[in-house]
Amino acid sequence: MVAYLARRALGALWALIGVATVVFIILHLTGDPTSVMMPPESTRAELDAFRHAQGFDRPLIVQFGWFAVSAAHGDLGLSLRHQEPAMSLALERLPATIELAGTAFLIVALIGVPAGVLSALRPRTWIDYVARIVALIGQSAPTYWIGLMLILLFAVRLGWVPASGIGDWRNLVLPAATLGFFSTAKIMRLTRASMLEILEADYLRTARAKGLTGTRVALGHGLRNAWLPIVTQLGVELGTLLSGAIITETVFAWPGVGRLAVQAVFERDFPVVEAVVLLAATIFVVLNLAVDLLYAVLDPRIRYA
Amino acid sequence: MTAAVAAAGVPDDVVSVTSRTASLRRLRRDPAALIGAAIVVVVAVCALFAPLIARVDPNAQNLTATLLPPAWIAGGVHEHPLGTDNLGRDLLARIIWGSRVSAIVGLSVVAIGGTIGVTAGLVAGYRRGRVDAVIARITDVQLAFPLVLLAVAIVAVVGPGLWTVIAAIGLTSWVQYVRVVRAETMSLREREFIVAAEAAGAAPGRVVARHLLPNVASAAIVLGTFEIARAIVLESSLSFLGLGVPPTTPSWGGMLADGRQYLDTAWWTALFPGLAIMIAVMGVNLLGDGLRDALDPEMRA
Repeated sequence: MVAYLARRALGALWALIGVATVVFIILHLTGDPTSVMMPPESTRAELDAFRHAQGFDRPLIVQFGWFAVSAAHGDLGLSLRHQEPAMSLALERLPATIELAGTAFLIVALIGVPAGVLSALRPRTWIDYVARIVALIGQSAPTYWIGLMLILLFAVRLGWVPASGIGDWRNLVLPAATLGFFSTAKIMRLTRASMLEILEADYLRTARAKGLTGTRVALGHGLRNAWLPIVTQLGVELGTLLSGAIITETVFAWPGVGRLAVQAVFERDFPVVEAVVLLAATIFVVLNLAVDLLYAVLDPRIRYA
Repeated sequence: MTAAVAAAGVPDDVVSVTSRTASLRRLRRDPAALIGAAIVVVVAVCALFAPLIARVDPNAQNLTATLLPPAWIAGGVHEHPLGTDNLGRDLLARIIWGSRVSAIVGLSVVAIGGTIGVTAGLVAGYRRGRVDAVIARITDVQLAFPLVLLAVAIVAVVGPGLWTVIAAIGLTSWVQYVRVVRAETMSLREREFIVAAEAAGAAPGRVVARHLLPNVASAAIVLGTFEIARAIVLESSLSFLGLGVPPTTPSWGGMLADGRQYLDTAWWTALFPGLAIMIAVMGVNLLGDGLRDALDPEMRA
């Protein structure tokens, strides 16, 4: 178990080093990042001063060395726009993103799983069809459009909740529903499929034959045995929600990490973009690692050597 | 030697022909897949024949007829069945033309991602060892990236445009193929017909191209359909953020970005382009579900 843990942690570290390298390469895709970072109307002298201050006039391999060393310390340089450390700017926005992604996750777990179970227990009834159509829409419609339509209906037409910004729970409802829709659809489909598979198993027929009622069999024996892939996928979805709220946060002007990233991209504030990418990747990798370990705890049959 | 190859090859071909007919028959009996296929055909026809289908120029502005509602609502006119946008451009014409961007992006992304991913998966699964380990490392890195953010960052550095968007999405979409194709290849390489081909002296390249590739093709095709759907959504997201195709090219995401500002006064400018995306993606997804069930009845999920 300890050896497994060490190997997985090393793998995760590897992945993060890779991510940092790719970010560095992307930034240098067009050659000298000075032209990308500085406003087009800058004078020659300004460009040279900036190039020298940022170290872009040094050999690429030296730059990469400096980047690697400071990135390992969590130091990605100062934001070009705000003159503050880029990583602390990203970290400041993290609580808002966690609030949004956490609420979305609750929606995914509390609606996706029960709807999938119901849909599997009552196949070919209206419950099943409604759940499947909603799941199909959730998997097909782009997130931001769902967001716009929710704003149109609940904020513009009905006036129940505000259209954007941060505040009390009413501000949270629409963005969380928007962000969680796709994942809810996915979990619903997965739960339905896992349940249907388990419900056909011999031991469930035996349980029913021994006189146990439908619901008890379904939940006690069915869900109990179907939930492993569901829990795993829920963990993956939490990672996706936390690192993937970019578009939702933009649509709802939610002051989280994703919106910071989009703003930074438009302001050509690349240290901040790097910081956000690294932060999001770290969260995602660590969560996936945690899910794998949780798997071992939940299912005693799985033993890592 | 030739006899051995033939003996290994013939039964395999016979099996694949009969299973192909059976697959087609299953697909034809699946109403959801047929609806999906019909939607895909409609989108393809729109993309191919946009100039013939759209009655007006999608970029023709008419500043005396801005934000007209759909024809069936008071104030709407027959010339603009779905209404007009803030510059008086016909929404229906722009949606028809917008299918071109989605179709080009969807197909190009699958071509790029599929080629890279299937090749890497075949090589990793067949060669194993060090090559496999290196590919697995690269896969881990790719999987750790938030995809939208990666695409946004690439486009932001290189500059927006159709081909940047295709490259950015294509270079992020290979990873799923690697996982599926590698797993399939690893189980196939122990099978008799592969061992027989190797024993008969077939070069590794020939084994991969002639014997492995046809057998992983159905899994790759199913995955490719879902990747088309993902690419269409991702392209529209980039265009929505202003990082996609230039505003003069009609695209569904770009239309939504325009319509977003008129949500409270002209809801149709935001409703119809989004419906177009949703229906197109749903069609591809339904077809993908159907293909998966038809090609590999044991892989139902």
